[in-house]
Amino acid sequence: MNRPALRKYVNPQYLSDLPEGPCYDAGHLVTVNAGWRTRKPVLDSEACTGCYICYMNCPEGVIFKSDGKVDIDYDFCKGCGICGNGCPKDAIVMIREGEA
Amino acid sequence: MSVVNKVRINARTITDKEFFYGHKACAGCGGSLAVRHILKVLGERTFTVLPAGCMSAVGFNFPQLCFDSNAIISTFAGTASMMSGIAAGARALGLKDYHVVGIAGDGGTADIGLQALSGAIDRREKVIYICYDNEAYMNTGIQKSGLTPFGARTTTTPAGENIKGTVTTKKNMFEIVAAHGIDYAATASVGYIQDFINKIQKASEVDGTSYIHVYAPCPTGWGTETDVTIDLAKEVVDTGLWVLAEYEQGEFRLNRNPKSFAPVENYVRRQGRFKHLEDEDIAAIVHARDAKWEQIRNSWKLK
Repeated sequence: MNRPALRKYVNPQYLSDLPEGPCYDAGHLVTVNAGWRTRKPVLDSEACTGCYICYMNCPEGVIFKSDGKVDIDYDFCKGCGICGNGCPKDAIVMIREGEA
Repeated sequence: MSVVNKVRINARTITDKEFFYGHKACAGCGGSLAVRHILKVLGERTFTVLPAGCMSAVGFNFPQLCFDSNAIISTFAGTASMMSGIAAGARALGLKDYHVVGIAGDGGTADIGLQALSGAIDRREKVIYICYDNEAYMNTGIQKSGLTPFGARTTTTPAGENIKGTVTTKKNMFEIVAAHGIDYAATASVGYIQDFINKIQKASEVDGTSYIHVYAPCPTGWGTETDVTIDLAKEVVDTGLWVLAEYEQGEFRLNRNPKSFAPVENYVRRQGRFKHLEDEDIAAIVHARDAKWEQIRNSWKLK
């Protein structure tokens, strides 16, 4: 995987469970951002031409390349809508979270 | 722009790895997009220094750590001095093939960290300093900084009957830095991401100090929709309010010299922070822009 993976946070029981410094390893992710969304990007793979404009413009980096097209990591997408707004083929549309 | 001995990085050749992931920046944040690309272009062997500001606040939330390469928070004023220390340490250890980058906001660069930055440029440290400019102290609640533009409403420069928001103009950080005789300086915008990537790549190959000033819209502070960040960052360049340029070997070079400018009115009217401005205020902004462009076209190298 080219992105840091989500891991389960276990409450430390002993001092030795805590990191030596003020942080854990690089890329230590324990919470998702999916709950921030009010709108959600939906990708139409047929319409996607793989221009990667959305991939380059996503502030979260949640759009990744997949078979010459793109896919979305919904765990960390905040639903800002930059991808849908910038798509020249309208292959990404924003829908209200909870619909469909 | 020529990039030597390296594959030119673009949408197809850029690494798939994400080094700034799962961060807690507001939706549509221009600054986090800048950080994402800086780290992607510079790669895994990069030491990143972040002063107090949005990007350190959203990247390090114990136990979450959103930087997937080596990153550290510095004092607000000490971005460039900590970078100098890291560069000295890396030299002492004999490290090869690495980059030292500092990513500070507009307040951390133009106001609080200016002295340390000036010192680092003076010593010609081999570091890359990048200022992501969202035009106010956004992390602490949208206070005016030295890079807040004329007319913008912030919490410390509210718009009222007598004073219409910020009465001062943006410091010209690009030319301040260039006046040091720096090895490489450039301005960029997240709206022109390929241009920004080219400049990061170029900065990474400079033997000396480099500085990039990247324009990064902030939906929260500017009162805009979250999905227009890129549009605004493009429009500010097209209107001529933000200039894409480079400085090296003692010369300024303009990267984009548009024949005509996009209307400033459209750019200003879509932002909450400029809502109170009247036509005469916009005319003043246009006037200042035209004066600046006249000076640029008379004295800089035009591409």
